[in-house]
Amino acid sequence: MVENRPWANLIAHIVLISGVALVAFPVYVAIVASTHSLSGLLQGTLPLLPGGHGIENYTRMWQAGVSNAGAPPAALMLWNSFIMAMAITVGKLSISLLSAFAIVYFRFRFRMFFFWVIFVTLMLPVEVRIIPTFQVVADLKMLNSFAGLSIPLIASATATFLFRQFFMTIPEEMLEAARVDGAGPLKFFKDILMPLSVTNIAALFVIMFIYGWNQYLWPLIITTDPDYYTIVMGIQRMTSEENPQWQLVMAAVVMAALPPVLVILFMQRLFVKGLTETEK
Amino acid sequence: MASITLEGLKKTYSGDVHAVKGIDLQIEDGEFVVLVGPSGCGKSTLLRMVAGLETITEGTLKIGDRVVNKLEPAERDIAMVFQNYALYPHMTVYNNLAYGLKNRGFKKEDIEKRVRIAAKMLEIEDFLERKPRKLSGGQRQRVAMGRALVREPAAFLFDEPLSNLDAKLRVQMRVEIKQLQRRLKTTSLYVTHDQLEAMTLGDRLVVLNAGQIEQVGTPMEIYSHPASMFVAGFIGSPAMNMLPVDYLKAQGTNGLLDNLPDGTDVVGIRPDDMHLAPPTALHLTVDSTLALFEAAGAESHLYVTLADSDQPTVIRVSGQPPVAEGETLRFFVTRDALHPFNSVTGKRTGD
Ligand SMILES: Nc1ncnc2c1ncn2[C@@H]1O[C@H](COP(=O)(O)OP(=O)(O)O)[C@@H](O)[C@H]1O
Ligand SMILES: [Mg+2]
Repeated sequence: MVENRPWANLIAHIVLISGVALVAFPVYVAIVASTHSLSGLLQGTLPLLPGGHGIENYTRMWQAGVSNAGAPPAALMLWNSFIMAMAITVGKLSISLLSAFAIVYFRFRFRMFFFWVIFVTLMLPVEVRIIPTFQVVADLKMLNSFAGLSIPLIASATATFLFRQFFMTIPEEMLEAARVDGAGPLKFFKDILMPLSVTNIAALFVIMFIYGWNQYLWPLIITTDPDYYTIVMGIQRMTSEENPQWQLVMAAVVMAALPPVLVILFMQRLFVKGLTETEK
Repeated sequence: MASITLEGLKKTYSGDVHAVKGIDLQIEDGEFVVLVGPSGCGKSTLLRMVAGLETITEGTLKIGDRVVNKLEPAERDIAMVFQNYALYPHMTVYNNLAYGLKNRGFKKEDIEKRVRIAAKMLEIEDFLERKPRKLSGGQRQRVAMGRALVREPAAFLFDEPLSNLDAKLRVQMRVEIKQLQRRLKTTSLYVTHDQLEAMTLGDRLVVLNAGQIEQVGTPMEIYSHPASMFVAGFIGSPAMNMLPVDYLKAQGTNGLLDNLPDGTDVVGIRPDDMHLAPPTALHLTVDSTLALFEAAGAESHLYVTLADSDQPTVIRVSGQPPVAEGETLRFFVTRDALHPFNSVTGKRTGD
């Protein structure tokens, strides 16, 4: 805005700052809490200034975990979460890019039927199909494995649908020009469709990664071996103990929140780049 | 370089849409042929069949001596320029031009050389590193042409390449395309709905109507001897006037209409062949009322209503005659300006 009205400016800033404070305060509390000792936290009032046990808490959580609560070291759980989230994200993106490509660019029999089948599954959340899925995964002996953690969550109607919608906005002449230029279907996919989809891929990457990272119910059901516990699960386990070690829980929470933030920061550059560069 | 032969080419879309109903055409090596016709007459469909972007329902298509009915576009050795340019938005101009060559396994130095030559020819050297988004409409058009040029194909196919440009640029590009084609002597098939573009560009015109050929010929042949009322009305602007013979006879005949070919019941008269001053040769005389005067600079269009008739008619005269709307105008037509037609068959009856 070009206008220069000090009062309006001040009010706008107050509103914005209080908004930020509202969102940031719980995060701040979590960070502060993770730097105190347990006794410091249980004194009655929540401390608002950092304590001196930060390094100790984080090191302990990272290296040892809370074994009597069934939480292995955070390093392991973070790693497990990361593998699961990446497998789900990459899997979902590849499968949905390819299926959207097939649905939009190939004229095969029952094409619309398949599209509607995919579309209808949009309406079925994981929780609805969790029992039959568990049965299948158990029968395939995939309990306690990364495959079991990620594969059942990979099929994605949402991403397929979004990519389909995006592909349909790309003029048909683009495909025809590529055909005249001697690009077969896969070359067209790789050289033209993928680069044009960068923005969409980056946005979905973030959404899918957070979706995968935050999975709770599914890992809880199919893992019994602590080697495959994920961080979200681990935090839940620590808090459901009789006397939770809140300082460690908070350290785990802070560590669990970091990877999604990093993914967003990294991908954000791609959105911006994509938005300014692949204008049709 | 090669000739293109179309034998009984047909295209039927599902749902019994007969878009192209049997086209026979021989395009000689190095010739510039323009397919012209109203929107929806099947021009693009025909061109896309030649390109290999649309399957051929029936008939044979040869490029050179090869039957190419079943070949992929890339195997037909043609290049196409699309109406909306269809440039790859994420690639630089250089890569847009180079992409087809890369896919064909050309060596890096060869690609570089060819791109430079094409870019020089089209004067787009300065923006080789830019993305298409940062180019004007005319520059994009040049890049689209460049993409066709670098391949040095047997034939160029153009689908209304100028229709997204403004009027001035369109004329300029039209001239450049013509000069380029003369220089390269590459067989070209060019689709347009604009009769002026067709007349000025083509060595030969193919006038299409409802999926069929109405007439094939040089621009002047078609202009001076339209084979049907459709062609007569489509080529030339303002369109040819069609007057019933009976009406003209009722206006007082002087023997001029007696020796028209058999079956003639309508005569066509070009707006420029209606004179406001009586010519020395034997002529018809028709009275009319000036309904609208349109001054178009070097020439004027007089929209008149004929006496005892509601037939709309246009007269084109050079300069600006001293006439006023509502005034009665008398115009004169000589015998050799009459194009005889039969209104039932729609065909020319003779001459
Ligand atoms: N994919 C298609 N399916 C069905 N009908 C089509 C298809 N493409 C074109 N047509 C029809 O074929 C006819 C010719 O179309 P087109 O060749 O695009 O005309 P033009 O280029 O001369 O304007 C039109 O009536 C159009 O509706
Ligand atoms: Mg068309």
